[in-house]
Amino acid sequence: MINRGEVLAKIEKEYMTKDENFKVGNTVKVYVKIIEGKKERIQVFEGIVIDIHGSGLNRMFKVRKMVGQIGVERTFPLHSPSIQKIEVVKTGKVRRAKLFYLRGRIGKASQLKNVLESQN
Amino acid sequence: MSLGFIGQKLGMLRLPNENGEFEAVTVIYLPPMQVLEIKTEEKDGYSAIKVGAFETLKRVNKPTKGYFEALSKLANKTITPKKYLKEFRLKEGESVNFNVGDVLNVDLFKNGEIVDITGITKGKGFQGVVKRHGFSGGPASHGSQFHRRPGSIGAHTFPARVWKEHRMPGHMGFEKVTVKNIKIVKVDTDKSLILVKGAVPGPNRGVLYIKKK
Repeated sequence: MINRGEVLAKIEKEYMTKDENFKVGNTVKVYVKIIEGKKERIQVFEGIVIDIHGSGLNRMFKVRKMVGQIGVERTFPLHSPSIQKIEVVKTGKVRRAKLFYLRGRIGKASQLKNVLESQN
Repeated sequence: MSLGFIGQKLGMLRLPNENGEFEAVTVIYLPPMQVLEIKTEEKDGYSAIKVGAFETLKRVNKPTKGYFEALSKLANKTITPKKYLKEFRLKEGESVNFNVGDVLNVDLFKNGEIVDITGITKGKGFQGVVKRHGFSGGPASHGSQFHRRPGSIGAHTFPARVWKEHRMPGHMGFEKVTVKNIKIVKVDTDKSLILVKGAVPGPNRGVLYIKKK
C-alpha cells in the first residue's frame, strides 16, 4: 500500500509556484492576468492585506481597498496561475492576524501606521 | 466491452487547469496489473481477460497459492498472488493480443481520455425518504406536524395494496455505481497515478474499476 497523504501532498507541491512574500497589514499590488475574449492583459489590484488563511495549495489572501466611498475586497488564491506577481508597497503596523475591523472605519481611521523596514 | 483497470481512490484535490481556474480532481492509484487468464471465443464462447492487481501482503491460503503457482507455471514467469481480481470483456478476437503474465501499466491511458469509473458508494445506513429519494418533506414550522415523512403511499379500494417498488425509507449507499464519461486530466507514469476531473464513487482507499471507452 502507498502513503495516501504523502502522495497527495506531493502532487499539490508541484502546483505551488509562489513564495508568500507579504504579511497581514501590508499594502500590496497584485498583478492579475485577465483574459478578455482572446486578448490578455494585466490588471493591478492595490490594497491592504486583511486576511491570510488556508494551507498548501489552498492558501488564500484577502485584499481590501477603498474606491471612493466604497470598500472593495477581493480574495485571491496565492498559487493561482493568473496571479503574475505580488509586490509589497508598504508595511503597516498591526497587532492582529485578521484586520476585519477596518471594514467599520472610514477616512483617516482606516489607515495603518507605517512600519520602517529596520524595525521589522 | 473494453479493457479496464483496477485502482484505488486516494483522495481529492483542487488543482489549477490550463485556463488558470481551479477544478476538483480525484487522484487514483493504478498499480501494475498482471494478466491471469485469457478467454477466447473458441474455448469459452466469449472474449475477455482476467487481471489481478495489488500484491497480497497477508498470508495466502493454500487454494489461492495453488492457483497462482499453476498460473506461474503456465506463463513461465512468477505471478505473485493478487488481492483484487477482475474479468473484463473485450471485443471479439481482442483477447488473443494478451499473454498470461503480461504486466499492464498506467501508460495505457492518455491525458484527456474519457473513461467510465465504477465503485462502491459510501454506506449511509437506514435513511428516510427525504435523503434517500429527494422528497421535499413538509413545512418546518407553522404547526404542520408533518416534517420529513413520506406522506400517502397509495390510493384506496383500488388497488388496495401498495404498488411494487414504491419509494420508501430503507438502506442507502454501499451499492455499485458507475459514473460515465469522466475525463482524465493527467497521467503520472512515475507514480502510477491518474488524476480525473470531478468526483468518483466510494470512500478514500476504496477500490475502483476504470474502463476504457
